[in-house]
Amino acid sequence: MTNGPARLKAARCPDGHYHHPPHPRCPDCGAKPTERIDLSDREAVIVTWTTVTATPPGVRKPNHLAIVEFDLGDRGDADGTDDEGDGDPGNGDDADGANGGGAEDDSENGTVRAIGGLTTDDAAIGDRVRPVYVERLREPEAGIREPDSQEWDGYRFEPI
Amino acid sequence: MTVCIIGASMTDFGRRDAWIRELLAEAGSDCLDRAGVSPKAVDHLLVSNMASGEFEGQTGIMNALAHDLGVPPAYAQRIDQTSASGGAGVYAAWQSIASGASEMTLLVGGEKMTHRNTSAATDVIASITHPVEYKHGLTLPSFAGLAARLYLDTYDAPRESLARVAVKNHANGIDNPHAQFRKEITVEEAMESPVVADPLRLYDFCPITDGSAALLFCSEDVAREYADEYVDIAGVAGATDTHVVHERTDPTTMAAVAEGGARAYERSGYGPEDVDVAELHDMFTILEFLQLEGLGFAETGRAWETTENGRTERDGALPVNTSGGLKSKGHPLGASGVAQVYELVEQLLGKAGARQVDAEVGLACNVGGFGNCVTMTIVEPGGRR
Repeated sequence: MTNGPARLKAARCPDGHYHHPPHPRCPDCGAKPTERIDLSDREAVIVTWTTVTATPPGVRKPNHLAIVEFDLGDRGDADGTDDEGDGDPGNGDDADGANGGGAEDDSENGTVRAIGGLTTDDAAIGDRVRPVYVERLREPEAGIREPDSQEWDGYRFEPI
Repeated sequence: MTVCIIGASMTDFGRRDAWIRELLAEAGSDCLDRAGVSPKAVDHLLVSNMASGEFEGQTGIMNALAHDLGVPPAYAQRIDQTSASGGAGVYAAWQSIASGASEMTLLVGGEKMTHRNTSAATDVIASITHPVEYKHGLTLPSFAGLAARLYLDTYDAPRESLARVAVKNHANGIDNPHAQFRKEITVEEAMESPVVADPLRLYDFCPITDGSAALLFCSEDVAREYADEYVDIAGVAGATDTHVVHERTDPTTMAAVAEGGARAYERSGYGPEDVDVAELHDMFTILEFLQLEGLGFAETGRAWETTENGRTERDGALPVNTSGGLKSKGHPLGASGVAQVYELVEQLLGKAGARQVDAEVGLACNVGGFGNCVTMTIVEPGGRR
């Protein structure tokens, strides 16, 4: 696992598909992603949300959760190439494919979604939010998952 | 080759004293007895189960069951496809017979869950999630709340329409002697039950359940040796969707249901208009809507109207979950997909008692995770193919 704080990153493949979390192969086309885009300093919009009152061990109660969508514009500002960075991140042709506007595949129109807690239950579909870093999202030792197998810090979303 | 089902059984679902080995043996032994087939005739034993290791600390249950049922030296295999393990078992059983690898395949699905409290059991099930979901405390009910809010908002559907699913399936479960809950509920009770994952409430969710179910598969030639009446598998298929739920373009559509359904329809030669009775995976009320739409039984955004119009009730044009569904029958994960097909066998052979509907073609849709994986089975009375 990484040692530093968890980062809210999207992956972009050479065909312009964005995904969070990054996967070894692009879920849309199977290509290897070549760029990472930091989402943590961007605003997003609530797609849907819920407040959960029956939570598993080590999870806050109630737990406000949301799916949010980041609009990356015509394309995200890549801040680094992937480990397998053998693609051509500077290929200007990609910008067209990532520029929304009638593209059939939503993942090509420069949006990417994430899931996370909300800082409040005062929320509505369409509200704008920003990511807020949280050092420990739930108690790693309390649940069934091996604590060392994953990160436990990350970002919740705060309405703007 | 046509693959037939010549035996079917299920245990009582609910809070059981028996542990996983005993539950599986109860359904497996009963299934063989009902079909009049000796354990020694079994070539393949398949066991559908999600998490006996995590729930009970008992692994290798296919070998335990093989020994307990007296089927060695038969081949034995455990099948895990999370809460779609039962449907995956049906698919694997079909493959074993259709390929010629087995002449007689016994499928037993089961889960033992109720010894864990709700919070711990929910965590075992939530362990299927991606790390970016798990660290936020995402559970399967959470996904249902997220999807339900968006569905109600997008299609301007009344909250009461979801309660109608629970009321209908509870009404059906009253007549199922194996169901966990045999109790009528009202829309008012459902709407006033405690909030679990807003806007969903307690009565929108299936319970935690112990139980097991079994099916016996063979070719048509072998079926005629053993049985006067049996059921044919007209088509079986499966599909996957994104593991990470938020990566779906539309959280209110189930791509794996649509794809798996299309494949099963194509293999069977039937379409949604031919289906007379369906068992859908109503782990949450909203899932019954999403499956009705994904399988072509209702237009997108209209399943709530289909439900309110009474079309899916027992006396409607397409009875859905005559067994009571997961909602009232209970949901012992690995057993549920097997028990869905058990209900269809009872319906097609006219053995469903007070639950009986007029049906020639039945469909079962078994969903794993929040639609991560789906298996679909279409059955019809034997001797047609």
